Amino acid sequence: MIGSPDVVAFTKEDDFGDSFSDPCSLPEEFSVPLFAHTASANPWTKTSYAKFPKDFILISEFSEQVGPQPLLTIPNDPKVCGTFDLNYFSLRIMSVDYQASFVGHPPGSNYPKLNFVEDSKVVLGDSKEGAFAYVHHLTLYDLEARGFVRPFCMAYISADERKIMHQFQEMSAEFSKASEFLKSGNRRAFANELEKKLKDLEYTRSVLHKETELQKMNNGCYSTQAIEKANELANVEKSIYEHKDLLRQITSYPSRKKKDVDFVHREAEKPTDMSVMDDTLNLNHSDTGDKAVETESDSRKSTYTPQLIKAKSAKCFDKRLKTMEELCDTSFFHQTLEQLNIIEKSFRGDLCFIYTSQIDRALLSKQRVTSFLFEAERDQECEGTSKSFNISSNNPTVPILNLSGEPMSLESYTTCIDVDHIKPSVESMEGPPESSTSDITQETSEAADTETKGSFSSDKSIEAFGSVSPSSLHVNFFDGLERRSKVSIASPSENASRSIAIPPRTSDGNLVPMDAACCIGQDGFIFDEPLPELAQECCGDTVVNQEPQSLLQGDPALQVDYILEDSESPNMGLTFSDLNATVLSEEVAKINIEDVSDSTSFMSASTSSDRAVSPFTYGSALTLKQKKKAGHSALRFIRQYPFAQQAIFCLLSGRTLVILGVDEGTVRKLVNALFIFVPNLGKYGETVQPWLSSPFQLTDLQRWKLIGLQRAVSPAGSSILHSLNRYSRYISILDCDNKTLRCPPYKGTLISHLADHRTQIKRGSTYFLHVQGMLSQLTAKAFLYTFCHHIHLPMDVNDQGSVRSRRTNFLLQLGYTVEESKIVQYLSELIKQHYIQGAPKGVNPSFCFNYTTSYLYKI
Amino acid sequence: MLRWILGGREAQGTVEKSAALFIGEEQPKNCFTEMQVLKGHFDIVRFLVQIDDLRFASAGDDSQVLIWNVETGECLFALRGHTQQITAMTSYTFIRGRNAHTALITASSDRTLSLWDPDSGHRVQNISDLQSSVKCLLVLDRLDVWLSGGNELCVWNREFELQCKTVHHSDAGISAMVELPKNFIAAAMDKEIVIFKLNLSGSDIAVMAMRHLADHQDTIHSLININGDLFASGSHIGELIVWDSVDWTIQAYEHILWEEPAGDSQSEVKLTHQKQIERSIQHMSSDGEYIVAAVGSGLYVYNVLMKSVVAYRKIAHDSNVLHTMLQEDGRLMSCSEDGSVRMWELQDLPLPAEPASSGFFGMFGTFGRSSKQTGPPAKKIPEVPSLRSLELIGDLIGHSGAVQMFLSFKEKGLVTCSTDHLLIVWKDGELQSQLRSLAVFRKLEENQEL
Repeated sequence: MIGSPDVVAFTKEDDFGDSFSDPCSLPEEFSVPLFAHTASANPWTKTSYAKFPKDFILISEFSEQVGPQPLLTIPNDPKVCGTFDLNYFSLRIMSVDYQASFVGHPPGSNYPKLNFVEDSKVVLGDSKEGAFAYVHHLTLYDLEARGFVRPFCMAYISADERKIMHQFQEMSAEFSKASEFLKSGNRRAFANELEKKLKDLEYTRSVLHKETELQKMNNGCYSTQAIEKANELANVEKSIYEHKDLLRQITSYPSRKKKDVDFVHREAEKPTDMSVMDDTLNLNHSDTGDKAVETESDSRKSTYTPQLIKAKSAKCFDKRLKTMEELCDTSFFHQTLEQLNIIEKSFRGDLCFIYTSQIDRALLSKQRVTSFLFEAERDQECEGTSKSFNISSNNPTVPILNLSGEPMSLESYTTCIDVDHIKPSVESMEGPPESSTSDITQETSEAADTETKGSFSSDKSIEAFGSVSPSSLHVNFFDGLERRSKVSIASPSENASRSIAIPPRTSDGNLVPMDAACCIGQDGFIFDEPLPELAQECCGDTVVNQEPQSLLQGDPALQVDYILEDSESPNMGLTFSDLNATVLSEEVAKINIEDVSDSTSFMSASTSSDRAVSPFTYGSALTLKQKKKAGHSALRFIRQYPFAQQAIFCLLSGRTLVILGVDEGTVRKLVNALFIFVPNLGKYGETVQPWLSSPFQLTDLQRWKLIGLQRAVSPAGSSILHSLNRYSRYISILDCDNKTLRCPPYKGTLISHLADHRTQIKRGSTYFLHVQGMLSQLTAKAFLYTFCHHIHLPMDVNDQGSVRSRRTNFLLQLGYTVEESKIVQYLSELIKQHYIQGAPKGVNPSFCFNYTTSYLYKI
Repeated sequence: MLRWILGGREAQGTVEKSAALFIGEEQPKNCFTEMQVLKGHFDIVRFLVQIDDLRFASAGDDSQVLIWNVETGECLFALRGHTQQITAMTSYTFIRGRNAHTALITASSDRTLSLWDPDSGHRVQNISDLQSSVKCLLVLDRLDVWLSGGNELCVWNREFELQCKTVHHSDAGISAMVELPKNFIAAAMDKEIVIFKLNLSGSDIAVMAMRHLADHQDTIHSLININGDLFASGSHIGELIVWDSVDWTIQAYEHILWEEPAGDSQSEVKLTHQKQIERSIQHMSSDGEYIVAAVGSGLYVYNVLMKSVVAYRKIAHDSNVLHTMLQEDGRLMSCSEDGSVRMWELQDLPLPAEPASSGFFGMFGTFGRSSKQTGPPAKKIPEVPSLRSLELIGDLIGHSGAVQMFLSFKEKGLVTCSTDHLLIVWKDGELQSQLRSLAVFRKLEENQEL
């Protein structure tokens, strides 16, 4: 929650730069690059003249019959692409397909050879259309296609060039997954197709054989008919041999990909597909492969009756080409679509938003000790994109953001741009790599170079972002940060990636297992040291390379400015002193919601959310969105109830708060308003019981920290009241019918900052962020308190008493009152329990409480 | 109704008006600020037995015995085998090899006796088809035998072999037993205390009744050892007799009478019938010098050496007190059918040396209105300076049914068992927090994250 887009957007250096300087400002690596602020700029006005309203994914094919053609878009809605010419763009993106993945008869080889080519990933811009795309090329096998291959590509099309460039890594990783689904489905389908074909051929051969024998008997060995038949038979034989060879090749596809963690993981989510996967896996093991094929074909014998076929295939224009769904297994195809939908969702919106949420996730992943307390569990859809950051966070020595403030080296930048020149790697699948294949890839890679360069340099619009304007400087600095962070992330896996490129052959074609490398895949190439001349070449050719560095390096003064601005800016948004909160919220209020682009559109929903839809539905995880909506309810609550602070104090200090009322809606609304203050809420909000109409037990007080309770005039109702009375020392009761609160008193300033009823914050989501900020601060203190060695360990054996006083003094020194100390202590206990996780299964956790007098607060 | 819930203390006051006292939510002397609920039983839990520093066993009407770790709250074993409720349970420590082993002996209404190994959870020995169900068990460590008391008294050795038994007694049977010096046993049977003698000749053991002490007027509910020289018995109508352990003579006789004020209203007269029952001595405990007796819903502290009442609370709980305990620090605990555990402190009265006066009775104002008017009979408090007050310093509320028994693990906590099928471990929150901190640093060290 540290860097949030709607905070970032409103920070202007000229408003705050002078008036505010906080000595304890945030570390630089948490800062978010500023939006290039110009006088009239609205951060979300569209600067580009793209003909489509938002980003979308396009799948195209280079059809051997009709040429490049768009197949489908995601989201599958004609509105997404607007007036954008998909046909034209398909032509563009398919024209850079350099792969020429060679299938057929390579020179020096008698049989057709399948080439397991890595996908290629390029960035492509089109100035005329105002479109930029990440393009992911892949080939699928089709027995009926020319050379057995069908080139496809998936493209993420956006009007924002920076987004494509910055998110290249993440996109590449995600699209690789999608591509992997398609390809494994395709391999399976292709193998099936081959088997069918083989059966046909074998049947044909047997028929021909009989006929030949017949001819020989009738007409003698050398009759024209007999020779014809013999030739035909020979053709069929050859065809059988070729097909068998193809089948062997496809089934012995290296199993490296199967080890891909994510891939297998996703498979596991669909148990029905597991069997399919196992099948394919079996096929891939060289030992069992043949057997498995046999058994499979045995089982299919019953379903498939071979047909007599002609040895020569039909002309390619005569037949209908298979659709993509037919090419891949249907289930795999749908999985791909699902993955693409996830991609579309995760890259939706402004780059700033994506970037901050990535920083957010990366930082959160470092806080595993405390993040369970208040941080929202990530939405399912976000999980995918966080992968690349997670890799880096596994290695704590590598900083995620390496913001040294030094100008970044030219090399590092060119290495990034080098993405465009990825060489298709050779999958050495059998035997040592043959010279012919490597030659071919060499050629194609060169071809690719020229192609991609062409696609960049042909763009006139590139000057637009190449021009040096003050506004673009910020952007460029942003670029730098992003780039450097990426480099540092992936560097540990650099070696691994290299070894993929030239896989060391061991017996059975086992490749060195590399999990990290699998995730990054081909992108490992990015980090290879470029050859000096190549780097030079890049600088000369591609405009993108040139502009930011020369400037940054050339003018150190300018650069210092940025850093200064950068270090100042986050304070304004994040240290919510009263003043700032006020000014900021005014800023927020001024914003016309309609101007806000899709990245923040869901926030705007919260402003009108009077409808308190309860987020607690059984078995569904709480989302950030629901929490932000809850922020609005919370804001209303603290404005309406003067004892809101006491109620929040109860929740934060772990005293169960019971909200008692007749009307379910009212009670649920209050629960909704308060649940964001419950520490250790749980992924599904397990610690909250929004509506309970039966008396609660002692163990419920342990489990639930916020309970909505029905007040009813019935026997059940009276037993509810009895339990309320009996356990009154452990609970606080908020009576929403009479607007009273019975709870222990609270003295201090912490919560009055957290829940000031005169707050100027107007939007729920903003308030939620404010709360999150304060709670993070509190969590940090609790962390400090928990892990401060000297205050918890006794100096000697008979030293129990001094521990207590040291603890108390420490909290007093942190500036906490007695009540606030209870909050920190409670959070600390939660952290400890979470860290130890010592409780065996089936054991109720301990339940801490205090003996304090409660008072009745009235409105 | 609403005021009743939310009105807080004043509302509470009305509820408790007839009750003993209400301490409120501020309890600075109550260190039990953490609780852990142990679930496992599915009927009333009646017995708690400590096995060692860490473990204890619980048993009750659901015919199973559960073994728990008091620190973690983990249920280590469920000992199943009995088919009916468990009527008695005791621990049995014996030397096997060089190590002392502790086993559990349980008796059940299904007329079986079982020996359990709490380390493995196995039933080591089992005896069925007893003539009557066993109501009490007594282990004589010195002789390495144990006794079961039901309608008859049986003596068993470690191998669960019956050594000898007495003839069938009355229907009442033996309800409690204590060990006396010189291989004598005192057993409570209805209104009598019977002294048995164990005759050891070689490996044979014979048991014979030596004397019947019939000084109680009503059923004896409680029989305890005070120290090597004395034992005590308490009866249904409030007779407390201290006996000499060697010659079985009466050393002291107290008849506890919670007298009612003479001219009270009609409703109070109705209550006097209940008061008759409330005089019953349900439970006694002793630390060698003092006896705490649970008398009805009141508590009674008796100094054995001075042969005088030290302190008392006529109404200590809202309902019958079921179990009491004297702690080393002069505090005592009691639990009751009202579902609460209360902690008391013996405090010196502020006017120690003054002779009895009206001012003295004024001190009892804290006891409640009725006790102020009545006061104890003068003969019970011959020496005023020795009378101290029993101040409530804290209560533990958690159970929703009668608290049957509790077991103290000193600083590790206090275990309570209840009619509501639950066990609760009450712990010192501050201490637990420190222990958790230590555990955190230990784990940090293990993971080398320090």
